[in-house]
Amino acid sequence: MTEMNEAPEGASGGGDGAEPLLKLRGIEKHFGPVQALYGVDLDLPAGQVTGLCGDNGAGKSVLTRTIAGVHQPDHGQIYFEGRPVHIRSTRDAAALGIETVYQDLALADNLDIVQNMFLGRERLRRGLLDEDSMELQAAETLSTLRVTTVRSIRQPVASLSGGQRQSVAVAKAVMWNSKVVLLDEPTAALGVVQTRVVLDLVKRLRDRGLAVMVISHNLNDVFEVADRIAVLFLGRMVAEGPTADFDRQSVVEYMTTGSSGGRPFEPAGSASGEG
Amino acid sequence: MTADPGETPAGTADTAVAADLTAASEAAAADVPPELLAQSLGQYLRAWWVRIRSGDSGILPVVLGLVVVAVVFEIITPEHAFLRPSNLVYIFGLSTVYMVLAMAETVVLLLGEIDLSVGAVALFGGVIAFKLVQQPGPAWPWWAAMLAALVGCGLIGTFTGTLTARLRIPSFVVSLAMFLLFSGILVVVLGGANGTVSVSSSAPNQRVFYDMVQGLIAPVAGWVALAVVVGAVGTALWLRAAARRRQGLVAPPASLTAIRIALVALVGAAVVLICNINRGTALVTVQGVPWVIPIVLVVLGVLTLLLQRTRFGRYVYAIGGNPEAARRAGVSVAAIRTWAFALCSAIAGLGGILLGSFFFGQYSTNTADPGQLVLYSVAAAVIGGVSLFGGRGKAIHGVLGGLLVGAIAYGVSLLSLGQLATPLQYIVPGVVLIVAVLVDVLSRRGTGSVTRA
Repeated sequence: MTEMNEAPEGASGGGDGAEPLLKLRGIEKHFGPVQALYGVDLDLPAGQVTGLCGDNGAGKSVLTRTIAGVHQPDHGQIYFEGRPVHIRSTRDAAALGIETVYQDLALADNLDIVQNMFLGRERLRRGLLDEDSMELQAAETLSTLRVTTVRSIRQPVASLSGGQRQSVAVAKAVMWNSKVVLLDEPTAALGVVQTRVVLDLVKRLRDRGLAVMVISHNLNDVFEVADRIAVLFLGRMVAEGPTADFDRQSVVEYMTTGSSGGRPFEPAGSASGEG
Repeated sequence: MTADPGETPAGTADTAVAADLTAASEAAAADVPPELLAQSLGQYLRAWWVRIRSGDSGILPVVLGLVVVAVVFEIITPEHAFLRPSNLVYIFGLSTVYMVLAMAETVVLLLGEIDLSVGAVALFGGVIAFKLVQQPGPAWPWWAAMLAALVGCGLIGTFTGTLTARLRIPSFVVSLAMFLLFSGILVVVLGGANGTVSVSSSAPNQRVFYDMVQGLIAPVAGWVALAVVVGAVGTALWLRAAARRRQGLVAPPASLTAIRIALVALVGAAVVLICNINRGTALVTVQGVPWVIPIVLVVLGVLTLLLQRTRFGRYVYAIGGNPEAARRAGVSVAAIRTWAFALCSAIAGLGGILLGSFFFGQYSTNTADPGQLVLYSVAAAVIGGVSLFGGRGKAIHGVLGGLLVGAIAYGVSLLSLGQLATPLQYIVPGVVLIVAVLVDVLSRRGTGSVTRA
């Protein structure tokens, strides 16, 4: 990560709503001849959940991976806490406090919850793994997130249900003082009860002041947790605003045609969402 | 540590917490390792039983297998000779070769890979070590020769590992090629098809190699060593449990820790007792614990520490469980894989030296069969409970599996079956291996750990 010139306002990214924690402006990305993103703008304010919608191939994954540092944008600028930043790798993203929970969760089934949460960042004591300290920290994180349905944090992840796995993956992401969490289809593989667990967890992340982005096909879930909605259509951001500006019908139309009722999206008010 | 009011204190969060979503917790109830939830000995034993019935049985199958093998061979061998002290000590000696090689193989199996070259590489290393102490000849001190052999084997493993890890050639193919290559080179370093390499028990420097398996610890010293080992293991177990309890973490009940320590002491005492019975003739007294037993215990201890308590070990398990998760967590997957192959081959080199020592300090093309050795090593690891699919197993499983394979191999040879003896040396372990793999596959299915795409 290299920071460019200091931005004039030393925005804290706090809940005053003045400056979004993460701000994307004019992001373009192409892979060879294929243009994936056209001048995408996106705001992720702290303490709010942004739902990212879009049909298959709309560019949701590319946009997510660009924020996560997997891809670098060809054009455009990312601002973090008001400062322009270059996220060149997932390591850069992690250093800023941006964590991504991918759809496949990336958990090792044979390791237990603590081992998975600390994978790659194990604590050492005299050269050996400091299991006790890691276990205490993991237990604390899980309990502050109210992930209390697991019977023991020393049980292998293989023995967890889908919702519990998702919860562990999310807890793993937020344990590192992260400020932005990107969730890729967090409810796609889950039943009704499990979906409930995960959505409650997402709300708790918001209440802790994190900027959360949820990528989802499921509009029920999006309308339940999202404070703001952003819709991608064929690589363009066709609509972005407070959830109140949308209804199910309009989101579907933006997703499938890029416009609603034949008209492009117009923000209802100039101030971006007050959740 | 404290937590805000209204939050679950961290210390109890990992015990059974009031579940607001019963559906979620019930699904997981049966699969939680028992020692995590049980607070008393009774609970622990009941939970242990539940776990065994659900298919995740740890070392129980191999221990039961050992009992069955001991009983069956005692009944069917002529004169019921199987359990005589002299035979048991012989089995310990023979098995230690398989134990060490199985522990070596375990490191690679944990990655979800396989190394078919361990037998050939082990023998190559052993022969090299023996050649380096020859007089006249290089006449290296024994420790330098041993170090050179282990490093040499490690380099061979690094090569195998590099091809596997960097170029993603299946380890099966790479190590098969290395097996053929070094089986050939082995004949060359042995000095032809009828060649032999041996160390003399009369030269002090060479005698160290001879004594590794053949040398005996004086009976009294054996008891003292046992007391030291049990004391150290017991103290470590006890302090560990006490430290966890002090921090408010779930620890096994004190009675269970005491039982564990008592079991270690009991098994140790049985071994020392058997080894200290005079198994010589009326003229010559032969008694004492072979040196190889403490040697194997040291390898077991070091490897267990490495696999369970270091980052390297943790990453080996993570790669075996989900390589993509390990990669995304920032683990250098290729480097860990390469190191694991190097470690496997270096440990195998030690096994090769033990084999030469077991055959009274001599290698010949009769005693050094790399094909049989690798089959027995892989079989021992899998029979012991190491999963062929990666991510599950411990060093102790290799030790117990090696003992079982050694017991079967020797038991069959005791039967004086004439023409049948040689085929049965392969058929019996083969059948046991099939059973072990079936247990592995079925238990994976039972615990629902399906490999995810």
